[in-house]
Amino acid sequence: MLSLEDVSISYDGTPAVLGASLEVPDGSVVAVLGPSGCGKSTLLRAVAGLERPVSGRIGWDGADLAGVPTHKRGFALMFQDGQLFTHLTVARNVGYALRLRRVPDVAQRVERLLALVGLEGYGARLPGTLSGGERQRVALARSLAAEPRLLLLDEPLSALDAGLRERLAGDLHDILREAGTTTLVVTHDQEEAFALADRLVVMRDGRIVQQGDIADVWARPVDAQTALFLGYARVLEGAAAARVLAVVGLDGGAVALRRSALTVDSEGPAGGGPRSDLGGTVRTVRATPDAIRVVVAVPGIGEVDALASPAARTAVGEQVSLGVDASRLAVLGRS
Amino acid sequence: MTSRRATRTTSSASPARAARTTVAAAALGALALAATSCSLVGGDDDTGQGGSGESDTVVLLTHNDFFLPDEVVAAFEEESGYQLDVRPTDGVGNLVNLVSEQAGKPSGDVVFGVDNTFASRVLGADALTSYAGDLPPGVATYALPGDDEGDLVPVDNGNVCVNVDDVWFAKQEIEPPVTLDDLTDPAYEGLFVVPSAASSSPGLAFLLSTIAEYGDEWPSYWEDLLANDTEIVAGWSEAYQSEFTQGGGDGDRPIVVSYDSSPAFTVDGEGGTTTSALLDTCYQQVEYAAALDGADNPDGAQALLDFMVGPDVQAALPESMYVFPVADDTELPSDWATFAARPSESYEVDPAEIEANREDWLIEWTDIISR
Amino acid sequence: MKRAAGLVALATLPLGVLTVFFVLPVVGMLGRGLWPDGSFDPAALYDVLSRPRVGRVIWFTVWTSTVATVVAVVLGLPAAYALHRLDFPLRGVVRSALLVPFVLPTVVVGVAFRQLLREGGPLGFLGIDGTPWAILAGLVFFNVAVVIRSVGAAWESLDRRPGEAAAALGATPRQVFTSITLPSLRPAIVSSASVVFLFCATAFGVVLTIGGVRYASVETEIYLLTTVLYDLPGAAALSIVQLLAVVALLAVSARVRRVPDPTVQRATPRPLRPRRSDAPQLIATGVLLALLAAPIAALVAESLRVEDRWSLGHYRNLATTGGDGVLVVPVTTALRNSLQTALDATWIALLLGLLVSVVLTRRSRSATERRVRSVLDGFFMLPLGVSAVTLGFGFLVTLGREPLDLRTWPLLVPVAQALVALPLVVRTLVPVLAGIDDRQRQAAASLGAGALRTAMTVDVPIVLRPVVAAAGFAFAVSLGEFGATSFLSRADHPTVPVVIFRLIGRPGEGNYGMALAASVVLAATTALVILAVERLRVPAMGSW
Repeated sequence: MLSLEDVSISYDGTPAVLGASLEVPDGSVVAVLGPSGCGKSTLLRAVAGLERPVSGRIGWDGADLAGVPTHKRGFALMFQDGQLFTHLTVARNVGYALRLRRVPDVAQRVERLLALVGLEGYGARLPGTLSGGERQRVALARSLAAEPRLLLLDEPLSALDAGLRERLAGDLHDILREAGTTTLVVTHDQEEAFALADRLVVMRDGRIVQQGDIADVWARPVDAQTALFLGYARVLEGAAAARVLAVVGLDGGAVALRRSALTVDSEGPAGGGPRSDLGGTVRTVRATPDAIRVVVAVPGIGEVDALASPAARTAVGEQVSLGVDASRLAVLGRS
Repeated sequence: MTSRRATRTTSSASPARAARTTVAAAALGALALAATSCSLVGGDDDTGQGGSGESDTVVLLTHNDFFLPDEVVAAFEEESGYQLDVRPTDGVGNLVNLVSEQAGKPSGDVVFGVDNTFASRVLGADALTSYAGDLPPGVATYALPGDDEGDLVPVDNGNVCVNVDDVWFAKQEIEPPVTLDDLTDPAYEGLFVVPSAASSSPGLAFLLSTIAEYGDEWPSYWEDLLANDTEIVAGWSEAYQSEFTQGGGDGDRPIVVSYDSSPAFTVDGEGGTTTSALLDTCYQQVEYAAALDGADNPDGAQALLDFMVGPDVQAALPESMYVFPVADDTELPSDWATFAARPSESYEVDPAEIEANREDWLIEWTDIISR
Repeated sequence: MKRAAGLVALATLPLGVLTVFFVLPVVGMLGRGLWPDGSFDPAALYDVLSRPRVGRVIWFTVWTSTVATVVAVVLGLPAAYALHRLDFPLRGVVRSALLVPFVLPTVVVGVAFRQLLREGGPLGFLGIDGTPWAILAGLVFFNVAVVIRSVGAAWESLDRRPGEAAAALGATPRQVFTSITLPSLRPAIVSSASVVFLFCATAFGVVLTIGGVRYASVETEIYLLTTVLYDLPGAAALSIVQLLAVVALLAVSARVRRVPDPTVQRATPRPLRPRRSDAPQLIATGVLLALLAAPIAALVAESLRVEDRWSLGHYRNLATTGGDGVLVVPVTTALRNSLQTALDATWIALLLGLLVSVVLTRRSRSATERRVRSVLDGFFMLPLGVSAVTLGFGFLVTLGREPLDLRTWPLLVPVAQALVALPLVVRTLVPVLAGIDDRQRQAAASLGAGALRTAMTVDVPIVLRPVVAAAGFAFAVSLGEFGATSFLSRADHPTVPVVIFRLIGRPGEGNYGMALAASVVLAATTALVILAVERLRVPAMGSW
């Protein structure tokens, strides 16, 4: 198990990570999620032994890792852009760690790893001839070949286009579970984090602001900024929040709303769901494959996002009333 | 991303660095200005014009030891009305080769610096034309044997002689050597340093003096020299400056091959000199000038030859080229008159014989010394 | 079609210069040797090559050059790392000072070496005085900077992350070095090694001055045959041996240099503070620097001695024409001449070098194009491998009279020096230019950048540091160049090495001291100019 206790890291005298504590239990996948420049990559590099913490302790199964050089940690680091060795073929890239350890049957193992990442027969090619997705798969196979105690992934999918990212995220999830590899992944993309991780650590400005089981964090963001970063569309505070929460029988000082938290009641205020006194004027209407997304100006609250049924033919300027879905909002602590 | 920070260049220069950069730039700029006057074509003078096609210029081909003071050159240009264009070449050997290669279609009008060890090659190449003027008194005695046409005009002379450090010998209370024979005496073991005959002109001259002295037996003399721990180095500078006890470089050998003029340069400031030349070991070198056959400016060539044996050049020779004049009654600088003793007789080898045997001699010599 | 025409246009200027200043003189000399009386005489050629002495000479040249090259690479690599990847005080000064051996006249260094190595000298215990080991030491002294500088230039901009990735996969620092770093540096190492080999194989002064005259190399033999014996067929035969050897060497090095994918991730990482694990490299660098500094320190000390007392007298004399007016001009004027000439030689070498490098590194579209390119690549290296004597005398006989009378052309000496520096410039730039991902250029072009703009955006920022390194080389080569200069410089316009040679060629303590002082001034000037150039911080990437 990896454990970080109150780790701080400076860069050129500028603090990059401040007092970070977290744990990665064996066999789990933990994602550190945060915006660009929040210090998460520095944290990852420190775990790999590429940066030295100013204070705090990085340990593995209780043993302090300070002074253990990168190559003796047994942590494979997969860079954002793969960092394949351009002068080596795909097979030699994948077999790199195997040859370092003088493992027998390198060729067979490489073939098996390439099959695992879906790249059978690519062994003889040079990295320069691969697409971005293929490179990342090779990089992953290369990291897995090292049979690391801990796999460190730095934005493993962010260099890829959306469709590929989604597919590869699924593959990666399955591969990590299948191999049972303990993994620490850093990313700025919440979808990537959700697709891969069991636990989530949210970082901002060098500090860890929240961590926990992925569903818990998701359901209860610690503050407005975290909520917005996790993909909540809007945060309402004070009276506005109270009005929305009142509809579903809750109360609190602030509420984070997903895009689908409010729905346009097509059959008028008397329609299904809890009664609502929310209503306003439709400002914009945008069609997506699944639903119609509208923005409604609610007097006393301001503009909010809502979903409308495709059948309702909602139009700009129309007066609508809004229903609230309690499972699609989060009450925020009074921080 | 922090990982990008790791690989960023130092683009955000600190003020201190910026200041240093500015200072460096200013210094560099000033240096460049001072050095070049911003010239990007290498020169700010105007002597670049005038190929050999212009008849108001005399082109002198010579070696890079050639030097005459500005006022002497100016005197020539004023007297004759010709501009002097000096084109030096690296060493006598190359000069001689150049002139021989270009026999009949030379790249200059006059050659200066051919010496008596190489003169036959030039004569054999038919590269020269004869001098029409009258030689001043005394000059004719230096004429090259075998130069029947009178092509080669003697300009200066000097002797290559073994030099010794008198101070060292006095301190050790050993009598210095006198003759070539003495140099193989065990009393002088490890004391003698010679420049290579294959890569230096005084070295070749010393080899020729041993050939003149010992005839066909010279190889065994050299074997004896080597057996007596004689050191052979690349050139005169290495021998005199680096190995000789009176040279600049703290050498440890008090006997060296140098010139008869050398003692004039080791004056001790107390009315004496610390070295002397062994006058029984000398080989005479004479440097010649000649008009080149087929030159663009034959009249200018003759005028320059007249001037070379004239009083201006003859008087300037000791201090500008470290050689003795050939014309009688040329006054010598006082140090020279006092300290540069001249041999009454020196070794000679017939130029034609040198030309015929040089290669064999040098190959044999090289074999002996690399054994 | 248009592409080919563009490349030809770029290659025209360097090719023209090389033809006039290299091919013509060398062919002229070879012609005189091989067709002595207007008819080809292969028997004479065979005759020369079958002399046992020639075999000995060739063998001596090959083994000393090989050993010296290996030693220079082995000693140069740790220093290249320490001086280009680590950050410590005076790093820039040390880097600039490394070029000093380049400009010191061999005769002066020879004297310093003798003082160190002779019995009773500070390094006399080594017992290598007058042995081939002394020659090797001299060759390494003069050439190790080539390895440090050109490998360092490539190392400096090497991305750190592939190495980190390897370490994270379990590679020890040594394994990272051999499996990741070394392959990335291989083109630069092979390039600089081949340059060093050629420098060593054509070394003249070092062999003669430091080794004593017992040892003959191909170069000293050509000198003897040409200058003293006037045996042009013999000299031509050996020159042809040199040419063939160069071609063979280039073919081999091109093979060894070739990597599957030359693109290298360039990042110019910030140099790091030395860590404990860097100690071996730092110690090796320190030892190397001490060895390089010893002869120089001996020189400086000697230049400050006047009649057994410490004094600046020799330096004060530099403004004069020496004792009894040895010199045509004072050393200060010669220094001005030297700087002028070096400035010209530097821009010429950089201009030609950049053109050549661009031509050599553009991606080839066909096998023929690739072949043409590799032939060109070798062609521009040839001047390094051919005897300075052959070239110098060839200059005289081919360029000294109509129709090509260049003897009075003011740029003659700078151009000749630039040709000596050209291979160094090309060898420094090519590995870096070749490492640029062509897709970056394509990306720039697709964004509407023209050819020039593309070069400014993609190539220039990456190549700037190596260009500065190459400029330093060219400048230093020109300042110290003696061979071609002594053949070609005008009597009234001597450079410092010519003046030093003249001073040390005269008896009298004053002249000797002035020669040393002039050498020290030349060395200091070089180091300062290089330091100033390198202080001009290269703008950050992408700032164009």
